[in-house]
Amino acid sequence: MRTQILMAGLLAGTSLVAGTAAQAVEIEYWQYVYETRVTAMDQLIDAFEAANPDITVKQVTFPYADYQTRVVAANMARKGPDVLQMFYGWTDQFVGGKVIQPLSPEVFPHDEIEAEFFPIVTAMKRGDDYYGLPTAVRSLALFYNKDLMTKAGLDPENPPKTLDEMVAAAKAMTEMDAGGNLSTAGMTLDMGGQDHQWWREVLVRQFGGEPYSADYSQVTYNDAAGAAALKFYTDLQLVEKVGQRGFMDEGQAAFRAGRAGLTIDGTFRLGSFSSIEDFEWGVTELPANAEGVRSNYASYFANGIGIGAEGEELAAAEKFLAYISSPEAMKIWLDVVGELPARRDVALTEENLADPIYAPFLKGLDYAKTTLFIDEAAQRQNAIDMANRILIDGQSVEESLAQAAEAEQAIIDKAK
Amino acid sequence: MASMANQGAPERRPGIPGTPGGQPRGRGLSMRTRQLFWVWGFLALPVLFYGVIRFYPTLNAFWLSLTDWDLMSEPEFIGIDNYTRMFSDPEFWKVFRNTFTYLIVGTPISLVLSFLIAFALDRIRFGHTFLRALYFLPYITTASAMAWVWRWFYQPAPIGFINDLLGRVGIPQMAFLNSTTWALPSIMVTAIWAGLGFQIIIFMAGLRAIPTTYYEAARIDGLGEASILRRITLPLLKPTTVFLVVFSSIGFLRIFDQVYNMTTNDPGGPLGSTKPLVLMIYQTAFSSYEMGYAAAQTVVLFTILLCVSLLQLWLLRER
Amino acid sequence: MNPTASPTTSRSLAMKRIRPGRIVIWTILFIGGLLMVTPLLFMFSTSFKTAAQVYDLRLIPAAPTLDNYIRVLSDGRFLRWFLNSSFIAITVTLSNVFFDSLVGYTLAKFRFRGRYLIFIAILSTLMIPTEMLVIPWYLMSANLGWLDSYWGIMFPGMMTAFGTFLMKQFFETIPDDFLEAARIDGLNEFTIWWRVAMPLVTPALSALAIFTFLGNWTAFFWPLIVTTSQELYTLPIGLSSFAVEQAIQWEMIMTGAALATLPTLLVFLLLQRYIVRGVMLAGLKG
Repeated sequence: MRTQILMAGLLAGTSLVAGTAAQAVEIEYWQYVYETRVTAMDQLIDAFEAANPDITVKQVTFPYADYQTRVVAANMARKGPDVLQMFYGWTDQFVGGKVIQPLSPEVFPHDEIEAEFFPIVTAMKRGDDYYGLPTAVRSLALFYNKDLMTKAGLDPENPPKTLDEMVAAAKAMTEMDAGGNLSTAGMTLDMGGQDHQWWREVLVRQFGGEPYSADYSQVTYNDAAGAAALKFYTDLQLVEKVGQRGFMDEGQAAFRAGRAGLTIDGTFRLGSFSSIEDFEWGVTELPANAEGVRSNYASYFANGIGIGAEGEELAAAEKFLAYISSPEAMKIWLDVVGELPARRDVALTEENLADPIYAPFLKGLDYAKTTLFIDEAAQRQNAIDMANRILIDGQSVEESLAQAAEAEQAIIDKAK
Repeated sequence: MASMANQGAPERRPGIPGTPGGQPRGRGLSMRTRQLFWVWGFLALPVLFYGVIRFYPTLNAFWLSLTDWDLMSEPEFIGIDNYTRMFSDPEFWKVFRNTFTYLIVGTPISLVLSFLIAFALDRIRFGHTFLRALYFLPYITTASAMAWVWRWFYQPAPIGFINDLLGRVGIPQMAFLNSTTWALPSIMVTAIWAGLGFQIIIFMAGLRAIPTTYYEAARIDGLGEASILRRITLPLLKPTTVFLVVFSSIGFLRIFDQVYNMTTNDPGGPLGSTKPLVLMIYQTAFSSYEMGYAAAQTVVLFTILLCVSLLQLWLLRER
Repeated sequence: MNPTASPTTSRSLAMKRIRPGRIVIWTILFIGGLLMVTPLLFMFSTSFKTAAQVYDLRLIPAAPTLDNYIRVLSDGRFLRWFLNSSFIAITVTLSNVFFDSLVGYTLAKFRFRGRYLIFIAILSTLMIPTEMLVIPWYLMSANLGWLDSYWGIMFPGMMTAFGTFLMKQFFETIPDDFLEAARIDGLNEFTIWWRVAMPLVTPALSALAIFTFLGNWTAFFWPLIVTTSQELYTLPIGLSSFAVEQAIQWEMIMTGAALATLPTLLVFLLLQRYIVRGVMLAGLKG
């Protein structure tokens, strides 16, 4: 019975593609739109198709804001992708919603995965199964505009190493116009960008707190340390006046336009910053606190196999997933997108560690934490609102923090 | 129900067979039956359409509002839980308040403005078509495209158009979309701007429909311009005004395109200060996949719109 | 009631007394009109500027350039979205012109059991907001494989109660004698509707067509939900995702917005008289 249905499915499937490519299996690969990622994937697909002439891969992309919805919608319509890129934080939802299937341990042996990839790959494991593998991992670092540093009398080859130095440098680079409006921000403030990660996993820890319990089921940042971290962040605008939320709409846009001295962003931004021609920029490790404590936030997009892939499509999908998780693919991804390879031996080469741009991110990976998000969008929105209550509505840091902790705990509890 | 067509049928019948191209399959049937055949032939597809695409989904929405469903599992009947959750959710009430702010502030402003402009424009001959075009143009633009233009206008200095202008003449910046107070009015302005042209045109049509003899009679009676406006123009414009109040109210209650496009990086504005009901519905359904909860929100929207429409019927009946 | 009567009378009145008050009103109206089109003017102006000139706030670009247009159009996406929007808006408009007037005609000109019921049923759908239907439509589309297809974008709007009501109003003004005469000539009912009745209501048809076209050309909510691939985006959806992609490169966003707005603006400038009349007709009768 089952084989009959399978056969019927195969017949229907082949009759559809028969017109275009005889015998070839076509699989669909989905990711969100980000120019360099799309380019890199095009290259990988070309290389893969050259090596596997019987398989064609169609790349489908969507804007990031809609991506998750598209995946769920297509899954419901049984038009889902064979291989898809997904944020590690969506794993629970996608496994629960039967969007992705577990990776076969025969094709992807667990001991090999655990030996060769960075340990944060275990965030893709549920029970005994892995549900995806990353091509690249990302961490945060501090970007600085060398021209603005020089202009402000700072040494562009000696970027800030501590939080205090960072604030001092930002202050020096801040410029106001005649009307008292910010015309150049010393530092970008953009909770909707990467600042919420920076605050959660880095600042809270640097001010002596822990953002969550070890299994990320309890919010623990609502204490003096959390408040100090939040005060430090909001004081950048309110007291130090080195930046302003909403300045140039987005932090990365302000930095890109040469209107911001410092910005905290991830590896994935390297590709788009590399086209900056108007000024020189550099990148350095996230600043330590006065005691030298450092932290970082690492995350990744993994590639998983859609639930709908069966038979020869599944075989093709597995082949493709294996290829885009291979050392060769990771090198291409690093060159084109600028994201760090997810395999240790590909990432931690001497060449990479000596690279002025990759080194700060790689160093960050050493001590990085990976937040286990339940609902990344909602938790991010919660952090945005927390800062906005203070920056716009003038609420006290303690009240806003308590409110945020309560709301985030509710988000986490609801998912159970 | 005794229709004219039916009564007339026997006399006309002889004419039909003789005509070339007469309907052979209709021959022998009475005119009435044949007409019924045509009627239902004409209506078959539309009746099916309205049944499947309008009525069934409406009932479906009511049913879904009683379920818990995340698209990925089977819907589960939970009674009125979605409604109790909604009415105890402060975010819902905030959104509700926002939606009514758009409506209660936006509708009078746009109506008064459009009436004044239509009234003035109606008396102007020189360059009439040109002036009318200036006011009408925004109406035929695409809301999602113009939202981005306005978004640029509202940015803080140094990139925002309005703040740059203010800066040049030494006026302090306005926060516009970055303020919890001003974000909603800023978006409302763009909605008023886009809808004004339509309302002006309708008011002008209404003004022209008032017979000039009324005015002449009033002048002979020695009424001044103000009394003419108050005692003749406004009362006679009542149907037009009621129509526009309802049309504009419904537009504001359903506002979405502008808000969605102007606040993409913090949907619904800072602290949800611009978020209308439809954006909440969109997010609940298509970002959180809580289909049942979203359906309950659409039922609320439906109820509000129903009240507005019934109010219109009642106001017009009174006349 | 005669629309030509009032302008001529007021024209002769205006000629007689040109008062300073008139000039003041004219000037205020003119300035207000300029304010109304300011966003449009700066959208077009900025689309001809380089990134460096965006913030100079000059209406006439110092050194106009077509680079933005070349960059925006080069990948062919905007052309595709334009064609999608055109195809969808035209198809839906044709469908509405056909079905709405057919139903409006049937309800206006035939007496049959159930006529009133059908009319009320169709009219009552005016009370149901689209937003309430999108979730069921979405599920329906998902089950029937309509998501991300032209048909999926179009099906909800193929007939509208507004159009049916509008057309019914107009068909009611046609004297029955015309139709009876055609019946005596032996024309079948479809031909009578199509050849005899339809030509008598062309102003209403064009009003309906203009409204439906504009509504579908600028539609955002449903296409945003039902489309998934870029190849199927309509212009408003495409522009929105394009603008997000461009972050704050305003000159590129303004170019995209200009391209999305230009087609309707051109049509309006060419057909202003008809469009304004159509809007008046639809607004008053609808």
